[in-house]
Order: sequence, then structure tokens, then C-alpha cells
Amino acid sequence: MAELGHDATSYAPPREQPEMELPHSHSFWTTYVFSQDAKTIAIQYSVTAISVGLLALLLSILIRLQLGFPNTFSLIDPSTYLQYVTMHGMIMVVYLLTALFLGGFGNYFIPLMIGARDMAFPWLNMLSFWFYFVSVLILVASFFVPGGPTGAGWTLYPPQLISEGTPGIHGGVILMMVSLGVFIAGFTMGGLNYVVTILQYRTRGMTLMRMPLTIWGIFMATLLALLAFPALLVAALMVLLDHLAGTSFFMPAMFSMGEQLPHEGGSPLLFQHLFWFFGHPEVYIVALPAFGVVSDILATHARRNIFGYRMMVWALIAIGGLSFVVWAHHMYVSGMNPYFGFLFATTTLIIAVPTAIKVYNWVLTLWHGNIRLEIPMLFAIGFIFTFINGGMTGLFLGNVTVDVPLADTYFVVGHFHMVMALAPVMTIFAAIYHWYPKITGRMLHEGMGKIHFWVTFIGAYAIFLPMHYLGLAGVPRRYYAYGESSPFIGESVVTLNAFITVAAVLVAAAQLMFIYNLIRSRKHGKEAGPNPWNANTLEWQTEHTPPTHGNFGKELPVVYRWPYDYGVPGAKYDFIPQNVPPEEVEMIDEGVRRT
Amino acid sequence: MAESASPGTPPPGFTGIVSDWSSDQTTFKGAGWGKPMMWLFILSDIFIFGMFLLGYMAARMSTTDPWPDASAVFALNMFGMQIPLLLIAIMTFILISSSGTMALAVKYGYERNRKVCGRLILATAALGAVFVGMQAFEWSILIADGVRPWANPWGAAQFGATFFLITGFHGTHVTIGVIALLYMYRKVMRGDLDDGRPGAVTGRKGRWEMVEILGLYWHFVDLVWVFIFAFFYLW
Repeated sequence: MAELGHDATSYAPPREQPEMELPHSHSFWTTYVFSQDAKTIAIQYSVTAISVGLLALLLSILIRLQLGFPNTFSLIDPSTYLQYVTMHGMIMVVYLLTALFLGGFGNYFIPLMIGARDMAFPWLNMLSFWFYFVSVLILVASFFVPGGPTGAGWTLYPPQLISEGTPGIHGGVILMMVSLGVFIAGFTMGGLNYVVTILQYRTRGMTLMRMPLTIWGIFMATLLALLAFPALLVAALMVLLDHLAGTSFFMPAMFSMGEQLPHEGGSPLLFQHLFWFFGHPEVYIVALPAFGVVSDILATHARRNIFGYRMMVWALIAIGGLSFVVWAHHMYVSGMNPYFGFLFATTTLIIAVPTAIKVYNWVLTLWHGNIRLEIPMLFAIGFIFTFINGGMTGLFLGNVTVDVPLADTYFVVGHFHMVMALAPVMTIFAAIYHWYPKITGRMLHEGMGKIHFWVTFIGAYAIFLPMHYLGLAGVPRRYYAYGESSPFIGESVVTLNAFITVAAVLVAAAQLMFIYNLIRSRKHGKEAGPNPWNANTLEWQTEHTPPTHGNFGKELPVVYRWPYDYGVPGAKYDFIPQNVPPEEVEMIDEGVRRT
Repeated sequence: MAESASPGTPPPGFTGIVSDWSSDQTTFKGAGWGKPMMWLFILSDIFIFGMFLLGYMAARMSTTDPWPDASAVFALNMFGMQIPLLLIAIMTFILISSSGTMALAVKYGYERNRKVCGRLILATAALGAVFVGMQAFEWSILIADGVRPWANPWGAAQFGATFFLITGFHGTHVTIGVIALLYMYRKVMRGDLDDGRPGAVTGRKGRWEMVEILGLYWHFVDLVWVFIFAFFYLW
């Protein structure tokens, strides 16, 4: 007799929590604008994040045109180049990826996947989005102040950040810091909701070890964010005071433009420690939800249970914990005590262990699976490729002796774009193709999706793989122009840079097609039905598609199994949703029922 | 203890934690959503204050100038002599006392004793306001002595910077707490927590648990003060 499900039980525990207090909307404003429904908030978050992400994409194209064809396009000068590099990085990491994974996916999927009607505190959830929205407005406003946005790089290192000569030191820095502060305040409001909802509002039968890995990833990432963003907030406040009140937290005594600055005795290293204490968990704030989403998509489209579910959960927890003790591997060349390098290289290599476990488990999930190469699956497999690639180069950069010559070269750019840009973005695409049918009720166009995937996937390799070579050839990052005659920059570098730019323009064009697909399919896509992928998780079992306010009908679903009962031997269908009781599972032989 | 602690069996507290975390629906049984949310906020806020204090320690250790002597700087000139830490001792006493009144307010709240609970909340708010007022007084003394965020007469400039930043940030927390307490006083006295009247801002129904949640915040702000006190005035 086949084992039906993971700890399957026919016992449905009695309901413990009282029914949620749902604020009902009565007007257009409270339904669509100041909505307290997590799903609407999720869409608001996603649209804002993707819009500002498109701005960052445009900036990257301007950067690439300059690097690829330095004498052909004169769109930007050295100052704007630095400003665009800074804004591209900051927008992509914080305002797109963090906001989309946690604010967007978190809001949409947490209540649906754990069987709750909404977030624990919907009003605070709404406020969270509006803080985020204002922070984006403040950030974009920095393009329009005199001097423009800050150009100190997304790491914002002082003393350069607030020294004369760096672009945007007047309005730009202030707006950047204020925007980050508002973002963090807003995120905290949302983050408190995500964690508390997961802990306190699961439906009957939904134990932590029956949650889809998407929720586990978002849960761990939110915890990391709640504990890591404080460091950035503190650093931002201190930078603001250094800049506006003349304090010297981060500013040492120094000469600038021929005169001694009023600052004295500050520690630039302190800023780097604070920044990376936030910055390294931030990598995992983006990566852990991606890990979770990919796990669910792989299992669904390979029609096979995720390999090593418990191991996957514990690996997420281990990565989350370890991510707080690896931050100084970003600072090997900063001038900190070299013994720290040894310590942090060790912890960095240790964090590779749970990460490798996850990669093996994804690949083993595909092993003997009934793989359906639908578009979400293509992107999920693309994620595995780019993530392994980026992870491997991470081993180079995680070791001090290898990192020292490679630091601040294009090798670093290639590495983190592979692991932190491509891998999560591939996941975001996979997730959008996977869940768009639930969110809108219609499928995305498949032909366009295929073109989108192949152009993005091959194009991304065409962009970032050569960068590793550039780095090994010694090309430094963040330079406006290299000059063809320089004895240090070979002819091949110039050719490669042009090649990368062409690939980048093509990939960007494919993203526009994707946006078109999103808008077009909203009205003209194929009807999806409630469960187009035959998935098990609760969001596909709702009464209405898209789900209405309150998510589920009169009764909340009862969960009897883990979400990965795909291809169970003996069962009639190759999937058994989480809310199907054991006695209702249809078997091939009608006489055989599990007792 | 019902279960005998025979060797090899885990202690009952441990099995209780395991069964809570492996159960369905709620992890913190009977705690609702408000208290866990406040605890989580406090955890996040601990990291903010932790970063501030670590930043302060790093600044103090890496600066090249000598650090001003705390007992001289924070002395009050009374009765013709310098009494070190007098003002700060009174401030600390007042803030710690406010934690006592807050704890009593929670107790009377759960006993549905509206009047006593309300008065204790008001007393807590008053003590908090006195604390903030004395902090403003201390700031004014220091400013009159020539302490600025960018310089001071006795040594490292980081002294003023960290002092104003961290005590200011803490003072902001106390001020927010006082405003919340006054708002809660009104809710308690009007009977909102008894009839579950929806709040004017969030629309959530009033519950007596709210007093306890606000109390958690207030005790946390007090506890932070103990650390600030130790690091700024005693080190």
C-alpha cells in the first residue's frame, strides 16, 4: 500500500483561532487604492517595484552603451555614469528585488498558501505599501534635484559619499538616505505582518513542516530583513548627521580640494561593517524567497515531490543564521584586521554547505520526474544554471588570497549578477508565469514566453560570462571609459565590451515584450481555470479565481498533507491537493482505500 | 510535575516548546497576533539600539582624542559642590518607576478595573513625560557647557555626536510611548476596551490585551535606557 502523503492523518484538529477581523471596503478608494486586502497590496507592491525596476533597466542600458561604444554614444558623462551605476544597483537590490519578493509575493501568497483570510494586521500592511511608495518617490525625486542622485556606488562608502567631487553630494545623498529610512520603516511594518501571520494564522492541519517551501523562504527572508535593516538604518542616520550636522562618525581627518575638512576621528571602516552587516543578509533576503519559489515550481512541473523537504527547510534556517556571520567577506581589501579575513572566509565556506544541499535537492527533484517544460519550469531550470554558476565564482571571491587580485574587477560584477541578479530575476519570471493564471484568471501567452525565456537566458550568459574573463584580464569596475590605447586594456576587452552591450540591449528588448505580454494577457489571455498546473498548494484550491477578499469561502480549508503529493503510486491522479482528506483520495483500483 | 523526570526523557518545558512549534494553526498558543508582533518589533528595535551602541563603542575606540570624563561632564552643581550623576540617577529612578506603574496598569486592566487602570496609565505617561523633560534639561546644560555634535571642550568630538544621537533616539521612543499612553488612557476611560469599539485609526476592535502590548513596548524602552545609562554614564 502506497504511503499517501507526508505524515498524512485523517484527524482534523479543532479550530483554535477566532475568525479574523476583516476590514471590508465600501468605496472605490478603499477597494483599489487604500486597500487593506493583502492581494491588492501585493499587486500595488509588484507594479511599483517592476516600474522602478524598468527604470533601473534603462539605466543599465545607458551604462552599457557607454562601456560598449565609448566614442559612439555621448549620452552620459562621467558623473552621470557614476550616478546611474549607483541608482541601478540600489534600485535593483532594494527597491525591486526586496520589495517584489517580500512585499509582492509575500503579501499575495502568505495568506493564501497557509490558509488564512488575510494578514494579521491589514491596516499596518496597507501603511507598509504607502511607505514603500513614498520611498520610491523620494528616490526618483533625487534625479531632479540640483546635482542629481548620489554617485558613490550602491555601497555608499564614506568618506567618498559626502566628499566634494563625488556627484550628487548635495541633494542626492540626503534623498537617498531619507528614502532608505522610509523604506526600512515601511518594510518593518510589512515584515512584522508576514512573520506573525505565518506563525499565528495557519489553517487547521497546517503545521510548519507542511508549509510550501515558498512560505518557508519568505518567512526566513523576512526574519533576516527585520534584523539586518536596522544596521542600514543606523548607518544612514549617521551618514546624514555627518553630512548635515558636521559630526564625524565615519569621516576621518582628511584633506579635500586643498583644504582640511572639519571632520576628525571618524571610522570609515565602521560604515563598511554596518553596511555589510545589512548587505550580506540582504543577499539572502533576496535569495531565500527565490529558493522557496523555485522548489515549489520544480516540484509542480516535474510532477514529483521535492527531494528532502525537511533538509530543505533546515538548510533555509541554517543559511539564514549563517548569513549574519559572513559579512566581512565583502571587506577583504578594506584594511580591516587580516585575521578577520581568515574567520570570514571560513564562515563563507561553511554557508556553501547548506546552499549546496539545496542545489543537490533541486536536481534530485528533477531526477526521474515527469518533467513538463512549461515556461515557469524553463525559468526555474534557468535559475539552477545561473545560481550554480554564480555560486561557483563565489568560492573564488570567498577566499581571501583569490579575492585580493579579483576585488573591484569585472569578475565581481559577473559573479554577483549571476548569483544575485539573474538567479532571483529568473525566479521572479518563473513565479509570474506560474501564478499569473491565479492572479488574473488568464494564462500568459506561451509563444512570447518561450522567446522571452530563451533570449533572457542565453542573453544573460552572453552578458555576464564574458565579464569573468574581463575581470581575470584585470579590467576594474565602475570606470567610465578605459581608453583603447592603454597598455593594460587589451583589444579583446574592447571587443567583448561591445559584444556585451549588444547582448544587453537584446535582453532588455525581451523584457519589454514580457511587459507587453503581461498587459495583453490580462484581457486576451487564454482562460486558465482554477488550477491550470494541477498544483497541490492551497492557493489553487480557492473557490474563486482570482481569489476574492477573504481568500476562501465560508469555511477555511483543512490541510491533511504536505504540498508535494505529486505522482503518488496507486493514486488515480498525479496530484493530491493539500486539503483532500485521506479517505477521499481516488485510487486506481476503486476497492483499495487507505484506512 | 506530572511527568517524572526519568533519565533519558527531555524536560517537560522542552517537549512543550517542541509541541507548540510542531503544531498547526498557532505557534504561540493563546497569544493572538498583537503580542507576537510587538515582541518581534522589539527584537528588530533591539538590533537598532544594538547597532547604535556598537557604533558608539567603535567610535569611542577608534577616535584619536581622549574621551571626556563622564562623572565630570554629567555632574550637577548643587549646594556649592559637584555631585556626579545626580540628575541621571533621578531620571533613571523615574523611568524605572514608570515601569512599575505600567505593570500595575496591565494587572488592573485584566481585572477590568477601568478607573485604576486608566489612572495608572496616566501616571506612567506623566513619569515618562517628566523623564523626557529632564532629558531636555540635561541637553540644555550640556549645550550651555559647549557640547555640540561636532565638538566639545573636553576631547573627542564623537562624544557629543553619539550622545545626542543615541539619547535623542531613545527620547523619541519615550515620547512616542507617552503619546500612545495618553491615547490608551482615553480609550480605557471611555470603555473602548470593554465594548470592543473600533479604533479611530486602525479600525481594530478594542481589547484589554492592548494595554499589555503597549506595556511591552514601555518596558522595552526602559530596558534600553539601562544599557544607555551603563554605556554613557558609567563607562
